Amino acid sequence: MNSMSNRMINILVPMISIFLGLLVGAIVMLISDYNPITGYMALWNGIFGDSYAIGETIRQISPYLLAGLAVAFAFRTGLFNIGVEGQLIVGWFAAAYVGMAFDLPKIIHLPFALIAAAAAGALWGLVPGILKATLKVHEVIVTIMMNYIALHVVNALIKTLSGGGFKLERIHESASLRSEFLSNLTDYSTLHYGIFVALAMVVVMWFILEKTKTGFELKSVGYNDNAASYAGMSANKNIILAMVISGAFAGLGGAMEALGTFGNMSSMGGFTGIGFDGIAVALLGANTPLGVIFGATLFGSLKYGANNMPNEAGIPVEIVSIIIALVIFFVACGYIIRVGLIRLRNKKEAK
Amino acid sequence: MLDVLYFIIPITIASAAPLIFTAIGGVFSERSGVINIGLEGLMIMGAFIGILFNLFFADTFGAWTPWIALIVAMLVSALFATLHAIASISFRADQVVSGVAINMLGLAVALFSVKMIFGKGQTDFIQQKIPRFNVPFLEDIPVIGPMFFKLVYGSSIMAIAVAFIAWFVIYKTPFGLRLRSVGEHPMAADTMGIKVTKTRYIAVLISGGLAGIGGAVYSQTITNDFGHATINGQGFMALAAMIFGKWHPLGAMGAALFFGFAQALAISSSSITFLEDIPAVYFHIFPYVLTILALAGFLGKAKAPKALGKPYVKGNR
Repeated sequence: MNSMSNRMINILVPMISIFLGLLVGAIVMLISDYNPITGYMALWNGIFGDSYAIGETIRQISPYLLAGLAVAFAFRTGLFNIGVEGQLIVGWFAAAYVGMAFDLPKIIHLPFALIAAAAAGALWGLVPGILKATLKVHEVIVTIMMNYIALHVVNALIKTLSGGGFKLERIHESASLRSEFLSNLTDYSTLHYGIFVALAMVVVMWFILEKTKTGFELKSVGYNDNAASYAGMSANKNIILAMVISGAFAGLGGAMEALGTFGNMSSMGGFTGIGFDGIAVALLGANTPLGVIFGATLFGSLKYGANNMPNEAGIPVEIVSIIIALVIFFVACGYIIRVGLIRLRNKKEAK
Repeated sequence: MLDVLYFIIPITIASAAPLIFTAIGGVFSERSGVINIGLEGLMIMGAFIGILFNLFFADTFGAWTPWIALIVAMLVSALFATLHAIASISFRADQVVSGVAINMLGLAVALFSVKMIFGKGQTDFIQQKIPRFNVPFLEDIPVIGPMFFKLVYGSSIMAIAVAFIAWFVIYKTPFGLRLRSVGEHPMAADTMGIKVTKTRYIAVLISGGLAGIGGAVYSQTITNDFGHATINGQGFMALAAMIFGKWHPLGAMGAALFFGFAQALAISSSSITFLEDIPAVYFHIFPYVLTILALAGFLGKAKAPKALGKPYVKGNR
């Protein structure tokens, strides 16, 4: 086929954005007197170098999948959930609290902790959802404010629960996602069962959006809320529902850290960044379940692999944050890339 | 009681000054119709550049260093804001997404540079801070003098002046009229011969410059160095102040002072007898809760400019 189809352009835009991000990243390294080839080699080794690195990379992908799903799900209903970060933090706290405060058989305890995390995230998503649906308050600002409220409230709760300390006690083994099998498989990395929870949620998102009436309504409201209302769907109900489900995904993302990676929660000086990177994941994946897997794999790998750059190449890890930010920026500028591609196509066709 | 106020009010004003600069910057951008979530990133850039310049040129410029650092931070942040302007005005990018990218990029570039230059996570401490001084004559006024005019930062006075200048520019000059009109109804403005794109570019650059000053004031008065947690949400709090101030420069100033008061209480509540029983967390979340309430209309409806967030495409209706 000579000419590019629209579908092809849709796939090319994120690809070009990634390429431009890596290219500018290389230029930044060059200007800063680092060798970009050594840098990217170190990054590559940090991701795929040995089975330990691969295990840790997959571990890092799990929360990214859930954060990406959270942003993407809200986007499909026309909502921009910048509050994933806060929803993830309250989810982390809820899971860590349930994990440490109760002593139950694993078959009850683990699901209970996961559900608590999802519920906490859902609650944090409910507030902006209700405000948007009933009072038309823009969700972007409310979710940003909710992020800070989450951060301060959770820190205060940790302080109270730990008797003035900065750390909750470790969760009980019965609530843990840790897996000796996966850990042994990957040379004692912290890889845990969370990845399967995350992948299951990808399927859940796909199922809700593509196979249920609710999903159809959610998407319709996202396309055109007036038309959806005219067809008898309640835009308000769907807005609230979308924020609640989105928040639940984000809360589960926090559970990955609480029950899998860290096994507890410490008070935080700042945000985890996972929620904001979730925006990048969703954008790159065009808000589809399959796209989220792609985006989370890319950004999760970059984020973990970056840890190897200071040791092996002497380059600060922040270079990867620069690259991720640039990719978001270029995806946001997708319009101009698209125009360029269409011009290129038309030129070819004219010949 | 009076002693408490003598103690709290200077902290309030010092904490509010960076917020005032940045929130006024936000007012310029959003009044022209461009959402600027990137204030945090622009402030981070300003804070970093301010400290960097201060450290490297303290020997050359002596006591003038912090002031020149403010100007340099203003210029660099304005340049950084150009990215947001190009994306959201010319390339019709989603302005919220572009702002998110600016925030991430600002922090990443600043930390990358700090590690590259200093070989560690934060910079050294600056020697030439923004000085505090007593305002002659006014400091002698009973009650008010010690509250407002003793040991004030010059930058705080500048912040308040900037708020009034911004009010004058936005409401009393032809440029301000154009600015407001492209934010409310760009097509009508275009019909009247106002250059929508140019006006919006200028507004976004002004917002970058002011956020840069805000960041540099913060880092040169409050932290005196730069690290990953220096501007921890100050830019978003400025965004909140802008909304709570209903997109009006003086309103934004009032809101910033109010939030500064909340921050001052959070820092010092444990040492004030009748507040020590209230956990600091309430003061910490106060500004954010208030902003949500303001947006929800419980505190009088906050109304955003009409064309906010919409790229202007000539000929489209």
